[in-house]
Amino acid sequence: MWARPSQLLSRGIIGMNRRNIRYIGRYNNRRLYPLVDDKLKTKLLAEQYGITTPALIGTVTTQFEVKGVGDMIAGHDGFAIKPAKGSGGKGILVIERVDHDGFVKPSGAKLNLEDLHRHISNILSGLYSLGGAPDVAMIESLINFDEKLSEYTYEGVPDIRVIVFRGYPVMAMMRLSTAASDGKANLHQGAVGVGLDIATGTAVRGVQYDRSRRDHPDTGHELASLRIPDWTSLLELTASCYEMTGLGYLGTDMVIDRNQGPMLLELNARPGLAIQMANGEGLRPRLDLVEKQSDGLNVKERVAFAQRHFARRGELKDLPAPELAPACVST
Amino acid sequence: MSRLPFYLIVGLLIVLGIGTSLHRHIQMEVPWTPGEQRQVWEVEAIVDFTAMGDPVRVELALPSHQRGYRILTENTASPGYGLSFLQDETGRRAQWSIRQATGSQQLYYSVRTQVTDDRRQQQIARPALREVSWERPYDTAAAQVIERAWARSADPYTFTRELIRDFDEERQGENARLLLTQFDRTPLLVRLLNQAGVHAHEVSGLVLEDGRRRQTLTPWIMVFADEENWALFNPRTADQGQPENLLLWETGGRAVLEVQGGTNSRVTFSMLSRSQPAAAAVRSQLVDDTLLNFSIHSLPLEEQALFQTILLIPIGALVVVFLRILVGIKTSGTFMPVLIALAFIQTTLPTGLIGFLLIVSVGLVIRNYLSYLNLLLVARVSAVIITVIAIISIFSVLSYRVGLNAGLTITFFPMIILAWTIERMSILWEEEGPKEVLIQGGGSLITAVLAYLAMNNPWIRHITFNFLGVQLIIMALILLLGNYTGYRLLELRRFKPVTED
Repeated sequence: MWARPSQLLSRGIIGMNRRNIRYIGRYNNRRLYPLVDDKLKTKLLAEQYGITTPALIGTVTTQFEVKGVGDMIAGHDGFAIKPAKGSGGKGILVIERVDHDGFVKPSGAKLNLEDLHRHISNILSGLYSLGGAPDVAMIESLINFDEKLSEYTYEGVPDIRVIVFRGYPVMAMMRLSTAASDGKANLHQGAVGVGLDIATGTAVRGVQYDRSRRDHPDTGHELASLRIPDWTSLLELTASCYEMTGLGYLGTDMVIDRNQGPMLLELNARPGLAIQMANGEGLRPRLDLVEKQSDGLNVKERVAFAQRHFARRGELKDLPAPELAPACVST
Repeated sequence: MSRLPFYLIVGLLIVLGIGTSLHRHIQMEVPWTPGEQRQVWEVEAIVDFTAMGDPVRVELALPSHQRGYRILTENTASPGYGLSFLQDETGRRAQWSIRQATGSQQLYYSVRTQVTDDRRQQQIARPALREVSWERPYDTAAAQVIERAWARSADPYTFTRELIRDFDEERQGENARLLLTQFDRTPLLVRLLNQAGVHAHEVSGLVLEDGRRRQTLTPWIMVFADEENWALFNPRTADQGQPENLLLWETGGRAVLEVQGGTNSRVTFSMLSRSQPAAAAVRSQLVDDTLLNFSIHSLPLEEQALFQTILLIPIGALVVVFLRILVGIKTSGTFMPVLIALAFIQTTLPTGLIGFLLIVSVGLVIRNYLSYLNLLLVARVSAVIITVIAIISIFSVLSYRVGLNAGLTITFFPMIILAWTIERMSILWEEEGPKEVLIQGGGSLITAVLAYLAMNNPWIRHITFNFLGVQLIIMALILLLGNYTGYRLLELRRFKPVTED
């Protein structure tokens, strides 16, 4: 039932208090938070840095504009409505396709235009934003996620969370939505978390409700064979978010689009700790190692360093030895 | 990045907090626990005199803080008289004055003193030696008495003792008898002491005995060994030292009562002993307006009652910080539980719990309906506030009709906070399901109950109200907790599966 603190310590698990003080407090400048708390800003910034994001159909900023949403979405088959300042996936409405008599959610439930108006109106009045501040609604086109991954998920889009510390991708997991999580990719709501090997992008371990799991509860597909395509370029994309935002401890949420490859979905300045559960390993040894590295490496060097040092299960020997960072390497 | 300044600040806060608390305890006699009983003497002095139609000025010596006794409050009753309190190095005095008075006059002065364990000797300025001159044949007698006592003594105290003994009924010599025919006993002794080069003067004290009336002050001799140390001698028995039940009334060597414009003046005393809780004694303490004695007790009573509650909030905050940082309990709204706990103090716990659950559950049902109306957020929360007020009114009226007066206290709940709680829980229900509502609602309630138990504890109430230094210690504790990077208790359970393989 209960673990001893020494057990957790020996596995390098970090707790909320340590995350808040030692990493978020020290490496994330408050001034930079709006860049990631406002998805619209993140999106515009990502465009400047050449990081691909889902295409923006339009934004709604005033209650007056809510009535015009019907025209805005005309011609789009599927789309997602998001609050720009939402957190934890709150307030995200995904419409998979548009019927002659309504808008169909991934679960099959149908909504009419009136429902969309109400949802956008709620977003604008700040229902989903941090602190209830007035917000902006964003309408994005749907992601055509990679078919290879579809059998690992139920309804929603599986996304990949990578923790980027001082520009180094340190730990990754994939979040697969389930029937229990209602198509959402939040682990505490019942989504399955699959730890990913930083070196190769293959599955390390799966968990649901903090208990380990070998297959997807709904599709029944075993998780061990999961392998993310285009893994290194995905890691490079996440690592470049450090230069983009300046935030030292960052959670990057990525998706893989069938046509456009890895895409940045959103950034999180306060990423959760469940990723440790999914990987069955604590973040601390990796964070400690990265803290010892000096600044000034470029994105490729950092990703190579991470792939070399954070590999799991001896995959390291299959990889060509990447160029070692000139910085001191801990013993 | 050095943490040294942080630990310096924390250390400073703790030292300051403990220091001021100890100061309050030792200097002001504020007890650590609220239940301690303290003995309090109420002494009333009545000044009687006959006025002769002229302007009258009356001066009465007053007691001050001293070994074993602390002055709590004092009152005077003197219709038509002007009154002022004077203080100089010889002590405190009350001065009454009136332009015209005729016939028998009575002035009252009453003082409440608390018996204390303070054993330190009062600082009294050493009087100067007075020039003494005698007429014949008293000069020879005096010289002989002094010479005799001098030969049998070693220092001022033993000399005084021997001198007083020489005036004992049994041992009285011829010289002593001769001197007593001309002088009163106590002034005579002081004269002799002064002549022998011993600093001394006459002081007046009141022997405290419960229920006594029409008592008078008794004379004592205060003998100084050096600038600071003195001892009290009983001029009748030569006993050295101040009896436990002696309250020194006048210590400056001056007259206790001075009346100008009146005759037949005298002052009599009546006294009463009472026991009262120490906390009450603290409350009625005379306030010296110095920074160190900075105290809520100097405020009017109404504001004191308000502060008693305000000073408890840090305790509630400490409980919240503890539960969130060390235990990891989730609450809905960070400090909402403290406000609920404050409401519990007014309503008592069972009524409060039932009231809270009733309001929130009925509120949730109504809020659920409001969500169908498709309203803007501010309007919806305002509607919930009005709903909460309606629920509170209905329950108050219903419980009153049924005869449950306890139900009326439901109005102490902070309505706007409750409305936000309902709104937040309702959204939580929609997004995360009823389980999360139970977790956060239950966490809030547990936190509120624990905060209530801490804040309603008589000892904690006593300590926070009487020792402002404790606030600094709480501050230091909260700062330290804010620096804690270890695991939360519930994380030991959350991360348990990681340790299993």
